[in-house]
Amino acid sequence: MSEHIEEYLKSEYSAGWVTDVESLTIPPGLNEDVVRLISAKKEEPEWMLEWRLKAFRSWLEMTEPQWAHVKYPKPDFQALSYYSSPKSMEDRPKSLDEVDPELLRTYEKLGIPVHEQEVLAGVAVDMVFDSVSVGTTFRAKLKEAGVIFCSISEAVHEYPELVKKYLGSVVPQKDNFYAALNSAVFSDGSFVYIPKGVRCPMELSTYFRINEAKTGQFERTLVIADEGSHVSYLEGCTAPMRDENQLHAAVVELVALDDAEIKYSTVQNWYPGDSEGKGGIFNFVTKRGLAHNRAKISWTQVETGSAVTWKYPSCILKGDDSIGEFYSVALTSNYQQADTGTKMIHLGKNTRSTIIAKGISAMKSENSYRGLVRMNPGAEGARNYTQCDSLLIGDQCGAHTFPYIESKNPTAVIEHEATTSKVSDDQLFLCQQRGIDAEKAVSMIVNGFCKEVFKELPMEFAVEAGKLLEVSLEGAVG
Amino acid sequence: MLKIDNLTAQVEDLTILNGLSLEVKPGEVHAIMGPNGAGKSTLGNVLAGRDGYTVTGGTVEFDGKNLFDLEAEERARAGIFLAFQYPVEIPGVSNMEFLKASVDAIRTARGEEPMSSMDFIKLARAKCKEVDLPQDFLKRGVNEGFSGGEKKRNELLQMMLLEPRLCILDETDSGLDIDALQVVAKGVNDLRSPDRGIIVVTHYQRLLDFIIPDYVHVLAKGRIVKSGDKSLALELEKHGYSWIDEEVA
Repeated sequence: MSEHIEEYLKSEYSAGWVTDVESLTIPPGLNEDVVRLISAKKEEPEWMLEWRLKAFRSWLEMTEPQWAHVKYPKPDFQALSYYSSPKSMEDRPKSLDEVDPELLRTYEKLGIPVHEQEVLAGVAVDMVFDSVSVGTTFRAKLKEAGVIFCSISEAVHEYPELVKKYLGSVVPQKDNFYAALNSAVFSDGSFVYIPKGVRCPMELSTYFRINEAKTGQFERTLVIADEGSHVSYLEGCTAPMRDENQLHAAVVELVALDDAEIKYSTVQNWYPGDSEGKGGIFNFVTKRGLAHNRAKISWTQVETGSAVTWKYPSCILKGDDSIGEFYSVALTSNYQQADTGTKMIHLGKNTRSTIIAKGISAMKSENSYRGLVRMNPGAEGARNYTQCDSLLIGDQCGAHTFPYIESKNPTAVIEHEATTSKVSDDQLFLCQQRGIDAEKAVSMIVNGFCKEVFKELPMEFAVEAGKLLEVSLEGAVG
Repeated sequence: MLKIDNLTAQVEDLTILNGLSLEVKPGEVHAIMGPNGAGKSTLGNVLAGRDGYTVTGGTVEFDGKNLFDLEAEERARAGIFLAFQYPVEIPGVSNMEFLKASVDAIRTARGEEPMSSMDFIKLARAKCKEVDLPQDFLKRGVNEGFSGGEKKRNELLQMMLLEPRLCILDETDSGLDIDALQVVAKGVNDLRSPDRGIIVVTHYQRLLDFIIPDYVHVLAKGRIVKSGDKSLALELEKHGYSWIDEEVA
């Protein structure tokens, strides 16, 4: 069977083309002057520059984490460019109509609704191209509801009080090596603020695209849900096929104040490298949410891309009765490596968390789940349920599970279940004997395995995620 | 319809089928009996095109075509249906989704339009009733947590929906209590028709009390050593398989 599946897995990455736009890319290298240059390009206030410099100085003293179950050549941080922007964006277009159509076409080609009158118009989109946000749809409509949805660069100018108060409040500058790097050089990303008691009237989403060669993308996203508010947010990402590795080191911070709810979904499809393991994105990301009293933070991720993934969307359940959820599908093929999972830190009383992680490994890939559940002394009556399932396709891939469980409160209850299974010859044969071709059979079996996670995705994207898995497995059985 | 001539087949380096010949015409029901290790299940698997079996000699024609030119799914689409002895589970894939994909694949191969979801649900529910399965089985994962009897009835349900040209039942009676056996037998009898062939592979003659075969063949050491009508099964029941060894000797 494995040879059949190998055929099937040799699919083309469909988002691998390059947009031909003239870009202004700063020369490679990283030092304080580069940090100052980025800040100056964005015409940032002094406090923002100081914040960056503080992060940069910390970063200089930090070393890269080595504990993840991944192997890769260490990025040369002096060989990367830390800022690249399409030239046309230098004039700061005031509205979508003024944005270079070539840039918008990039997103259209990826299936992103860039015009507000389009059918899939229930979704507002912020488009981030290399280091800049090129446009955000539905801003006016959202504003009527009091919702702020803009690029983080704009937020620094327009809403400095909110940014000052919350930036780095969940992921401090010194949190880890890549978070410190991001804090120093972050270029763009999205900013969301939902006022008290408001239910955000539409899905918000950000679409990240790396286009330029030899650049890194360091986006920063900050979502603040004020008391009793509700928001559902989705991010997607792709990049061209290139032979060299590219670095993507993002930070996402979520703040859910009392009784607020944030649902954060990711469909990650960065270029995974070719079938020889050449090229692809290094995806080293820090995502964390802070939940106050009775707040709820839910992470859903579908990860099919990147050469190396290192990512643990986490929840700090600080408030009493707060809820954290993590639903994940991570698919690795060819030579991809993923070390992903979550951290649920229970601080408040009666806090609850659920972790459902599905790892699918094919070809020669390595797929690890790494998760921490910590019950602090104050976490009276807290509960966690963890289920992690691995599915192996073929016989040359690896699946690993690294659960860390720490309980300092005797009333806390922690459950952990784990399974490993294979797409078996018997299952494939059953499908084929019923007239279903092997390719369809594998995607059906894999989709079935992921069902519990897909049902957590916003409707429009559940279909997309299913298709994405199908494409990622395409050509695998013949 | 099906013409097997001097078929030999191996699993790894072991010869399992060793010069087997059999002809099945439309409308006929053939029972194949034999002791453990005679090659009964191998026959079904070779005909259905399962990986891991190597055909080393002989020919099989199905509706005039060389069966070995077809991939497993193409054989299914041409109308060969194998009811499994041990149906495998596919967690998370609902029976409904699986059945629809299967029926659509086979209809497409016949040049028909895929069925609308509404029509399909109606049809599937009606067939569920016939095989005495509650309708919520359609929502459950394929064979997921089914009892032995439920799995076999699920196989029967698939057979009814796909309306194959040739049904091969591989020890469908194993592990069934008498009530379930009768449900399965009734289903198979309902499928008997002048343009459909049926091969019933079984260990025991019990099933043949309910599905009366036109022919009974005894398989031993990879070939058919004796053929007859229904009475042959009764003889076997009386004397055991060692009787055949003596007869053949």
